[in-house]
Amino acid sequence: MEPFRPTRGGGARAWLAPAEASLLRNLVGQVMMLIAPDEPQAPRGEQSWADLDADLEAMIEAPKISDDPVLARLLPDGYRDDPEAAGEFRRYTESSLRSAKQQAAQEMLDTLPDEGGQIQLNHDQAHAWLKALNDVRLALGVRLNVTEEFDEQWGQLQREDPQWAAYEVYAWLGAVQESLVQALALAGAAGLSGRCAGLSGRCASLSPCSKYPATCTTR
Amino acid sequence: MSVAPAEVDLPRSEDIPVSDRPWVTIVWNDPVNLMDYVTYVFQQVFGYPRKKAARLMLDVHHKGKAVVAAGAREAMEHNVEVLHGYGLWATVRQDN
Repeated sequence: MEPFRPTRGGGARAWLAPAEASLLRNLVGQVMMLIAPDEPQAPRGEQSWADLDADLEAMIEAPKISDDPVLARLLPDGYRDDPEAAGEFRRYTESSLRSAKQQAAQEMLDTLPDEGGQIQLNHDQAHAWLKALNDVRLALGVRLNVTEEFDEQWGQLQREDPQWAAYEVYAWLGAVQESLVQALALAGAAGLSGRCAGLSGRCASLSPCSKYPATCTTR
Repeated sequence: MSVAPAEVDLPRSEDIPVSDRPWVTIVWNDPVNLMDYVTYVFQQVFGYPRKKAARLMLDVHHKGKAVVAAGAREAMEHNVEVLHGYGLWATVRQDN
């Protein structure tokens, strides 16, 4: 990967190897499936009163946070310690939040060539990438039980450990996102000059990075 | 490390009736979101200058949470929805 650099107009560009592009597509696709709205119930032939009762109850009852910790993190409660307000908030916001996340993920897929190569993003597309990348990192971070001590967690794993590769992917995603944030911040701060400061050099494919891999891009 | 408090000023008086107390947007610390990312999101969502956004981010990081905005309930709920879109862990609360 060549890390993101700012471009004129507040966008960013990067270069991805085919394997990296395919990894990203795969991960973003998984998150999309996860946050897809629940399928509507197939119509039943004969509805009993009990079925109707259950349907009505589901309509009246405020939706609750998911039991799946990944979904719970991607679609969190809007209120703490107030289940009623949290339910109301979720009733009015969850479906639009799901759609917004789906849209960002789709935008990322649309601007990510199958075979990798040059990635050229305008400002809005770059924001879609930020959000979609972050959702992938959140999902993976929850699955891996990532804590503030990510480096130590990773360091304790043997290379043969099946989780090792997942930690490596997680770290790499952090580096990709970090380089995009820095490119956008630079584009904003430098008045969209298109100049690339401090982001020189290729980033080794799947290079290990710290939790805040500000310096990772030089590895 | 000493960190300046968040710049969002709130009237803190127990004399204020509950109904008049402002609502606030709170962002909670989490181990996944990158510090630069959180700062950038605060700049984008609230229009805060980089310095203020970074200070709020450090508040979240070191204290576990920070009040990042205050105002009408609807506005705070809107903030939270936008922040959830960016993957930040945010909630609404009436100030007490």
